[in-house]
Amino acid sequence: MANSFCSLTSLLLYPSTFWLEVSLTDLQHYRSILLKVEDFSLFTLMKFTCLSEGKGYHFPPCHILNLCGFQLLFDCPLDLSALSVFSPLPINLSSVPDQCTSVCTCETSLDSECGRKKKQKVEKLLDASSLIHAEPWYKTVKSLRLWNISFIDVVFISSPMGMLGLPFLTRNKDFSAKVYATEATARLGKLMMEELVEMHKEILQFYGPQESSCPEWMRWNEIELLPSALKEILSGRDGEDLGGWMPLYSAADVSECMRKVQSLKYAEEACYNGTLSIKAFSSGLDIGTCNWSIISPKQNITYLSSSTFASATATKFDYNALHGSDVIIFSDFSASNVIDKKDDYNGFSPGVSKLSGEDDDRESITEFLLNTDELAEESDKLAFLCSCTLDSVKAGGSVLIPIARLGTVLQLLEHITFSLQSSNLKVPIFIISSVAEELLALLNVIPEWLCKQRQDKLYSGQPLFDFMDLLNEKRLFLFPAIHSPKLLSIWQEPCIVFCPHWSLRIGPAVHLLQRWCADENSLLVMEEGLDANITFLPFKLMAIKVLQCSFLSGMKLQKAESLMKLLKPKYVLFPEKLKQIESCLRSFSCIYYSENETFGIPKLKDCSEVDIAIDLACQLSHTKLGKENVSVARMKGELFVEQGKNRLLNGNEHSGSSQTRPFLCLGGVNLQNLLTTLQKKGITTRVEDVTTTDGSDKTYLVHVLEPKHALIEVSAARTKVSTGDESLSSNISEAICTILNVI
Amino acid sequence: MAIECLILGAGQEVGKSCVVVTINGKRIMFDCGMHMGYLDHRRYPDFSLIPRDASEDFTSSLTCIIVTHFHLDHIGALPYFTEVCGYKGPIYMTYPTKALAPLMLEDYRKVMVDRRGEEEQFSSEHIAECMQKVTAVDLKQTVQVDKELQIRAYYAGHVLGAAMFYAKVGDAAVVYTGDYNMTPDRHLGAAQIDRLQLDLVITESTYATTFRDSKYVREREFLKAVHNCVAGGGKVLIPSFALGRAQELCMLLDDYWERMNLKIPIYFSAGLTIQANIYYKTLINWTSQKVKDSYATRNPFDFKNVCKFERAFINAPGPCVLFATPGMISGGFSLEVFRQWAPHEGNLVTLPGYCVAGTVGHRLMSAKTPTQVNIDQNTQIDVRCQIHQLSFSPHTDAKGIMDLIKFLSPKHVILVHGEKPKMESLKGKIESDFGIQCYFPANNETVSIPSTHYVKADASSTFLRSTLSPNFKFLRASSGGNFSSDDMDMIAKPVLQVCDDRIAEGILTTGRYQNPKIIHLKELVLMSGEESHKLQFALCFPARITKMDENGKLIPLAQEFVPSLLHQLFSKLSNEFSEATIQESDQNIQIESFVVSICSKEKCPHRVSAGPHDISEAVYFCCMWSAADEKLGWKVISIMKKLELSNG
Repeated sequence: MANSFCSLTSLLLYPSTFWLEVSLTDLQHYRSILLKVEDFSLFTLMKFTCLSEGKGYHFPPCHILNLCGFQLLFDCPLDLSALSVFSPLPINLSSVPDQCTSVCTCETSLDSECGRKKKQKVEKLLDASSLIHAEPWYKTVKSLRLWNISFIDVVFISSPMGMLGLPFLTRNKDFSAKVYATEATARLGKLMMEELVEMHKEILQFYGPQESSCPEWMRWNEIELLPSALKEILSGRDGEDLGGWMPLYSAADVSECMRKVQSLKYAEEACYNGTLSIKAFSSGLDIGTCNWSIISPKQNITYLSSSTFASATATKFDYNALHGSDVIIFSDFSASNVIDKKDDYNGFSPGVSKLSGEDDDRESITEFLLNTDELAEESDKLAFLCSCTLDSVKAGGSVLIPIARLGTVLQLLEHITFSLQSSNLKVPIFIISSVAEELLALLNVIPEWLCKQRQDKLYSGQPLFDFMDLLNEKRLFLFPAIHSPKLLSIWQEPCIVFCPHWSLRIGPAVHLLQRWCADENSLLVMEEGLDANITFLPFKLMAIKVLQCSFLSGMKLQKAESLMKLLKPKYVLFPEKLKQIESCLRSFSCIYYSENETFGIPKLKDCSEVDIAIDLACQLSHTKLGKENVSVARMKGELFVEQGKNRLLNGNEHSGSSQTRPFLCLGGVNLQNLLTTLQKKGITTRVEDVTTTDGSDKTYLVHVLEPKHALIEVSAARTKVSTGDESLSSNISEAICTILNVI
Repeated sequence: MAIECLILGAGQEVGKSCVVVTINGKRIMFDCGMHMGYLDHRRYPDFSLIPRDASEDFTSSLTCIIVTHFHLDHIGALPYFTEVCGYKGPIYMTYPTKALAPLMLEDYRKVMVDRRGEEEQFSSEHIAECMQKVTAVDLKQTVQVDKELQIRAYYAGHVLGAAMFYAKVGDAAVVYTGDYNMTPDRHLGAAQIDRLQLDLVITESTYATTFRDSKYVREREFLKAVHNCVAGGGKVLIPSFALGRAQELCMLLDDYWERMNLKIPIYFSAGLTIQANIYYKTLINWTSQKVKDSYATRNPFDFKNVCKFERAFINAPGPCVLFATPGMISGGFSLEVFRQWAPHEGNLVTLPGYCVAGTVGHRLMSAKTPTQVNIDQNTQIDVRCQIHQLSFSPHTDAKGIMDLIKFLSPKHVILVHGEKPKMESLKGKIESDFGIQCYFPANNETVSIPSTHYVKADASSTFLRSTLSPNFKFLRASSGGNFSSDDMDMIAKPVLQVCDDRIAEGILTTGRYQNPKIIHLKELVLMSGEESHKLQFALCFPARITKMDENGKLIPLAQEFVPSLLHQLFSKLSNEFSEATIQESDQNIQIESFVVSICSKEKCPHRVSAGPHDISEAVYFCCMWSAADEKLGWKVISIMKKLELSNG
């Protein structure tokens, strides 16, 4: 058995599918190994793989962690920025005549001719026609497809954006994992997915049902013809991204997915399989977003997603709750966006200058973390956006705001309504989305997920947000779609419109931009991160003013560093990308990771901790052992693993286990000692030396003469008593036990 | 270690709930209520009893205060305690409680000062400042109050935001239920809690002996009484708490009005209850699932048929329904209206299920109309109106209490918030049904119970692995000689039972310079640096074999019978030792460490004299077993010695 253990430990270092094959070859051991697999799960190392570094706020990172034998997946996002390779729906046919005809010819039987025409072109110039004119597919995390879905045990969703790809997993019949998300993330994520499905429906109506499982544009010969910028989005640098594209899930998939999500409150304790104790803590980024604390019997782990110390709408970043982690998985890539802007990194790092006292240190770090510079910066941005908006509407232009950050949108909405009112402008604000009504209703009933200022509104008996008043005063209008009959009757320009989608490929935003793109007084507010060259391709005559704005979507590196100092983990898993710009002085060791690289995290403890029930501990009888004065006690109980803790409780004695416990004797039997002890018990003996035939071991034969006949064979490692009389035998064994250390 | 429980209020009574629990040095005050029935010092808990050193103030003697819900008998004394007595430490309550409590407190203060002309115990500023100190918590959110103390709220269903609180210090844990309801209500869900390991549950016992049937019957009775009254042109006065009951009854009436197409006005007395509806709308996630589900279309707290009441309407002709505070007609607007409406026969007054002694409501409960009620020393009112007592209550009944205790299975139970004789009978039931020790201390008494404590130790991987490895046992259900018992038994029990009791067996080592550590037996040898030594027993003795043929002649034993002898022995032994594992092979039989084989040696050192039989003819059983199975070994031998084996 010992042998099979050794082989197994080495086997387990390989990916799990592999070792199962190996063990199958040895059918004799197959059974025993299978039995042992779960046992070993407690003792394997922790393994970490970064599947995707993501792309900022809308495409969060995705990782897999193997902890205690469980496969944990962090987030399951979609890269919606990749939608830009597709052409939006040509709403106004006259504006895009050439594309339309080319699409039409391809539809008719002139297929071959069309194909030949395309082959003749070598690389097309990047223009509106080079975009893919087909039903868009959606780009998932490609490496996730390389993992066996049935081996994933738990999925952690840290933000609504991290949920958008989840239906692709949950609709797989092999998917059996438990999904955890905060309640707010689950509800907002559901709305976002439903919105996506609804927006996609419009496109579906245009293109009709798809017949083949592999669309035309996915063929290699088609891809080869694409301009390189599009080709890279579509298939990655070496073509490996192509496998990540999926046709969108259905509304039924979304509701099926939601049924598999277990929603949690902040700091609610969930227990997976008794072994992992799981809690979500606010990350401050947006409503419902969270960091994860996972406590296992061997290691406490924190998954730190993008977090901000400045949250104007959502609950503030609860970093104090993350104390006591052994390992922090730092998954906030937002700092990588500011690498170029080194100017705002001018080395003030607290704790370096001040090393006087621990408490002082703590205080100065906390003070640094909580400084409100970022918050002020963000509200400056909003104020600027707001003034630009006002300028536009004053000039008679309309404003299109396809921003999807909930917290930012809510603030912007409030800012704009306020400034409209104060400058006495009667410009209507429209929110056009299939889920707008439900979303606003939801926002007014989730005080627990909002910042303190919003909660104070609850305490003073006001609604959390003023939507209801705005709606009643006819300053704000909600419409499910751009073709709602009521919208057409109310519509007036200039106006301010909040609507999806920020990719400018699907949703009402496309139609509105097509309408306003030639108007130089109008304004488009969008987030940084999209490639303007590709994004604006379908929109001819871009005369509209475009305001690209970057919003805070994580913590700055100095703050990250100070935070780590405060939390004092033993290891930090840190993105390789950020290595170059973080500074040196650290109290913890860093492991740098990059995409698609699996590595083990060193063991922190040799042994696990066990809680022994006091009643069990009181029953123990201790014996002193050896020269080191170690006290030793035999114990027996039942081991429970619950909430990440091992507990040894008094076992209920089963009737079947009434056998005497095996005992262990240590030491050797000194002949002279034995004879004296026997003599004291009134047993007379005669000794005979015997050397066994192999000569290695000296054996004494002690013949017992009185009270009855018995024979005691004494050798270095063994004493054998043979007698036909039970009481004599127990007398002798008692005597021997006094000489040995019996446990 | 012990948990000490000082009952400052609601001990053997209802009113001024306040329990101070000390767990492993952390002191928590659960609820800080006031008694509605008293106007002197008895209305507040006696805070001077909180254990503290002479120099200590309340802030350092208490770790935190936890308030379960916004009713005055649970929160009424809080502003007094924080602002007048000077407690400045943390206070925890749920979001709805924090939002709604100031309304209740302010309403109460107004009634005290403006109407009764009493000297105020605390001012509006006191209430506001007190609420500033409150930390709001969400359900199931685990709050780390300090390094050791952890608290968590669970849904209690009694009123909006009512919670049971779990508190844990080290390994000891307590649940304080506050008031709760185990059956879902028209607007609130049923109480919900996790299965927890608890040393103590402190539970309310308002209805310690009452078993209630379905609420729907009671609701129908109420609606019928109201409908009859307004149909006859009467006025209905529903005195109620501003929050909770008012919303529940209002939902009931609003729905009924809708269904019956009634146009008679339903009024809310002051701005208070209308405003309370805004809170209910925002806090809809704290209501029942049914209410939540309907909200996507219309917020159920937007009542259609409800309007605001003007004072001038009191004597206006025509039927109406009026909700007025306070609920027990202890003063305020409900008393004012009551004075006007009570003398008329056609009118109806509903009373809440529970009224504190000393209030008008309480006097009416026991009275039969027509009667006379003294409102104060100088005023007496003729009561001729009908009185309907609401019997649906947001408190759990006895079955609910028993269900909760059974579910939580704590080591001890303390009953509060009930009447002494009823508590006594419930205590008896809890102790006899569940064997859980139960107490119901009076006010200002302290109960001390032992607390759970674990000893921390390291555990080696080998040990942990050994505890997880399967430990299959194959038990024979029927032992030998039992064949006479009826066959039904045999069928019911399978012959072979498989059980897998994983028992953790290890060695706890404690040295002077190391943490206690649990290791596996095998590791001990390595650790101690000493050799292990085997202690064994051996015995070789002749078998008893009948060697007669049918004529009574001796038959010599042939070698080929030897295996069959062992097999005979095996079948006999396996009948005897149904519980132990017996294995048979060609050479031997093994029971645990006991091994028996046929001795082939001419001269075995373990052999005892053969007795009268011819030595050369005898077959010997040679047995060997280790000291661990000493007793077992001798038992097997004594059985073997009795056995007669047949030869052939």
